[in-house]
Amino acid sequence: MRIGVVTFPGSLDDGDAARAARIAGADVVRLWHGDPDLHGVDAVVLPGGFSYGDALRCGAIARFAPVMESLVDAARGGLPVLGICNGFQILCEAHLLPGALTRNQHLHFRNRDQFLRVESTDTAWTNGFTDGQEILIPVKNGEGCYVADQRTLDQLEAEGRVVARYIRGNPNGSQRDIAAITNEAGNVVGIMPHPEHAVETLTGPSLDGLGFFTSVLRALAGASAGAHAGGHQ
Amino acid sequence: MTTQPDTSAAPKQTGFAATDVLVNEFDGGPDTVQRAAGTPEELQPHTELGLKDDEYERIRQILGRRPTASELAMYSIMWSEHCSYKSSKVHLRQFGDKAPRGTRMLAGIGENAGVVQISDDLAVTFKVESHNHPSFVEPYQGAATGVGGIVRDILAMGARPIAVMDPLRFGAADHPDTARVLPGVVAGIGGYGNCLGLPNIGGEIVFDPTYQGNPLVNALSIGVLPVERLQHKEAAGVGNIVVLLGARTGRDGIGGVSVLASATFDEGAEQRRPSVQVGDPFMEKLLIESCLELYDAGLVAGIQDLGGAGLTCALTETAAAAGTGMRVWLERVPLREASMSPTEILASESQERMLLIVTPDNLERVLSVAEKWGVWATAIGEVTPSGEDGSPGRLVITWNDHVVVDVPPGSLADDGPVYARPIREPADLILLQADKAETLPRPSTGDELRETVLRMISSPNLCDKTWVTEQYDRYVLGNTVLAQPEDSGVLRIDENTGLGVALSVDGNGRFARLDPYEGARLALAEAYRNVAVTGAEPVAVTDCLNFGSPEDPAVMWQFAEAVRGLADGCQQLGTPVTGGNVSFYNQTGAAAIHPTPVVGVLGVFDNVARRIPMGFPAAGGDGDLIFLLGETSCELSGSEWAWVTHGHLGGRPPKVDLEAERRLAMLMARASEAGHVSAAHDLSDGGLSQALVESCLRRNVGAKVALPDDGQSAFVHLFSESAGRALVAVPRGHDKAFAALASEYGVPCAPLGVTSAEPVLEVRDQFSLPLDEARAAHEATLPALFGGVAELANRHGDPEHAADPTAPAGPDRGDAVLTTAASGAAMETAAPIEAEGIPAASAAEVKEPSPGGPIDPTA
Repeated sequence: MRIGVVTFPGSLDDGDAARAARIAGADVVRLWHGDPDLHGVDAVVLPGGFSYGDALRCGAIARFAPVMESLVDAARGGLPVLGICNGFQILCEAHLLPGALTRNQHLHFRNRDQFLRVESTDTAWTNGFTDGQEILIPVKNGEGCYVADQRTLDQLEAEGRVVARYIRGNPNGSQRDIAAITNEAGNVVGIMPHPEHAVETLTGPSLDGLGFFTSVLRALAGASAGAHAGGHQ
Repeated sequence: MTTQPDTSAAPKQTGFAATDVLVNEFDGGPDTVQRAAGTPEELQPHTELGLKDDEYERIRQILGRRPTASELAMYSIMWSEHCSYKSSKVHLRQFGDKAPRGTRMLAGIGENAGVVQISDDLAVTFKVESHNHPSFVEPYQGAATGVGGIVRDILAMGARPIAVMDPLRFGAADHPDTARVLPGVVAGIGGYGNCLGLPNIGGEIVFDPTYQGNPLVNALSIGVLPVERLQHKEAAGVGNIVVLLGARTGRDGIGGVSVLASATFDEGAEQRRPSVQVGDPFMEKLLIESCLELYDAGLVAGIQDLGGAGLTCALTETAAAAGTGMRVWLERVPLREASMSPTEILASESQERMLLIVTPDNLERVLSVAEKWGVWATAIGEVTPSGEDGSPGRLVITWNDHVVVDVPPGSLADDGPVYARPIREPADLILLQADKAETLPRPSTGDELRETVLRMISSPNLCDKTWVTEQYDRYVLGNTVLAQPEDSGVLRIDENTGLGVALSVDGNGRFARLDPYEGARLALAEAYRNVAVTGAEPVAVTDCLNFGSPEDPAVMWQFAEAVRGLADGCQQLGTPVTGGNVSFYNQTGAAAIHPTPVVGVLGVFDNVARRIPMGFPAAGGDGDLIFLLGETSCELSGSEWAWVTHGHLGGRPPKVDLEAERRLAMLMARASEAGHVSAAHDLSDGGLSQALVESCLRRNVGAKVALPDDGQSAFVHLFSESAGRALVAVPRGHDKAFAALASEYGVPCAPLGVTSAEPVLEVRDQFSLPLDEARAAHEATLPALFGGVAELANRHGDPEHAADPTAPAGPDRGDAVLTTAASGAAMETAAPIEAEGIPAASAAEVKEPSPGGPIDPTA
């Protein structure tokens, strides 16, 4: 399975996302912001960082990158996409996910090991977790406070699209402790904390982050088995 | 090169804004070489630019005429203390003269940063530098560009920067100006380093009234490179093209090195804000990626970063290093403001720029790599031959066909003035050394000791620093094995072999004030020990020497002694000084800061998987055995205890035995290889008490200890700051082997007790301290001082829970630092807030600190 990792100018965790996908067992394809060709990848990670220096708003300019034009179409067609931190911000700016990420309520950048509760295991990126599983992965952001209007929040909750919530403390003031959400189809997930930093015992607080990458490989294996059997998505 | 005694008075303080002088060129066009030759008597503002009369005369001699306005600005910059090391050079030679032989150094002092080979094909480069004055004038940008500057030094060596560290020193923690400076500095370091994608893996945060008017913001960076990618700054190859890469040039930072870094502060400090550069980390990130792509494609013949002194320094140093000349068309430099004069363009310290020397054949490819990354790249000049008689070439700079500069580049870069400044031991030193802390009243009962432990661990210098460090990204790049508050930052370099490095940076201005020679050796010993206790082999040193005015003989004596101490120490330990930085004029008015040599030590791991973390491991079964390594004497002078409880500074600092430090390091490396040690923590500020508390709190693991019965009092055991000591935890079954190893290396090894699943620190016959209580005291201090708890409490509209920022009182007032009552009150606010779902670290939620430590893979 081939997972693409996009590099924008100012992407920082692209190498980490690639490493995590590799450890999970994927072949990694590095994608370039200026190249609209997705090179036939089976899934895409938009990594953390400060694309375009966070000019205007986080993710506001990356949304217009050539690679995003093809990515938005592909995502609407079912391609699994995971946006981490800045990637989450880009997905919101591209209207693949609702809401927005604003300045942390306490106004500081904050990096800590954060407990989350996985609340939706129906997505392409979380099917390997159990419902309600508590996981520990690093959070690090200055603008990670998730906001949306009440109706959107209610809708996300009603449709089971809150993928993960902060527990034992909310690091940035996100509404309803939301750490990750998904689109209606469950193929696009945005998450503020960094699963790619929790994939090795030597460098991470846990191995919990691997689950996101192994989940998508499982989803892809299932899909391709279905396709070979003549089924449909 | 000349050596002349400098007996002139302190420089005249005019409080001028640098730009006023520099833009003051004659009406109708720039001051050209031709015009300078025709107007020899024209008055020039050399004094305002920081040049002495005799220095100005030398410039006239070198040029055979008066300098043009641009040339004068260039000499004033290059001959400033910051660039020329004119006061320190005669002392710094010792680092070369006493350098140990047979080390792994590939590049050393004089390069942008020292380079140390760590395997057959890999090398690391590291350096620490100061950005003190800019950070006081404008904390955010000053600190941010400090990070940017040191990272470009690393980049210029051909390395990919892989981490940063920041040793920081501020005035009293509760002083109103500290509340201005510290949050800005921390946000600036985070804002720049985080955006650059470099993990921040350690540093120091020290409070002392001596730094009130002059905080110390030092920045260290480390990078890694394949040995064959090592870059050079020589502008070699006649006909090669000079390319300016990176940000456009603006008016920021003009006069930074000559005005800010090379003079003391006075009342006009705020007028110098235009002398502080403004950083753009996004541009620097692009600059890093484009330079690395250029190196890997073999397109760079020479490279130099533009930092302090900007284009002036880069042009003259690259040309001087090669002995060539250079022809530069200044109007080609991309500008932010079209109205900039040639002098301003040459003096600008705009950030995120590099100067490349490339062959004409490669120019197109260089420009296309720059275009790929969206970075400006402009051919601004070319390398010209040296003189027909073999003399070095000349640097000729034109601006719209006006020749504004025509100088021998070596006269700027290498032939600056050198001063053997007068030195004299400070008059008060004898009295200061006679006033020993060993005679101060001490606590003696168990209850008093317990209260002292709480007071110490909540004092600003010893308290938990999470409020600061969680503003830094420590995870990015995915190779951080250990980061603050561990003794060293540990990085994995090679994912296949586990090859890695450990880095620590330490200093103690109080020890250096009491004895600069020993103080420098103590700083070296501490950084060395911090690296050693992780199991790494210490191999090389970088230093940042922060001192007052070199024109004060007492300061110069402190400097000379500190350099001698550090050079002697490095010789003895076999760890060469690979590079560093001198920061003089750290004083406001007549009062110099404590002499503060900050020392960084680099260690190497064949495999970082064997690194030893500082926290006691989660106790299974009967717990691990705790040993104290090294010898404890009654050494309290200059200690944190003397300062916190008595506001006292006097006596002589602890003795240093570098041979004992070396043996301790060898023991730890061997023990790490054999897997004999599960945790290790160096003993330094705050002594054994602090080390025990930190080792327990790290993973919420208790300890039951009994202090050795060797004639020393419990108090001395707990709070003495004798050097050469470490606390280790040894898994059962390994204790005999470990003790035998310690004996083999001649390291005293005393059993202290065991780790315990019960979260309590128990000192037999003295006191028992629940870790929750210790944690509350340890963690409340910085949030109470700088806003965390109060800010969250206020947001919830609950004024009763707002921490009282006036509660803690600093030692400079002679009060108790932070009474346990005050810290308890601050902590009470955390509990109800946490209950509402707002984060507050509590014992319960600390599962596993990170990065580092063995982790439960089943999680």
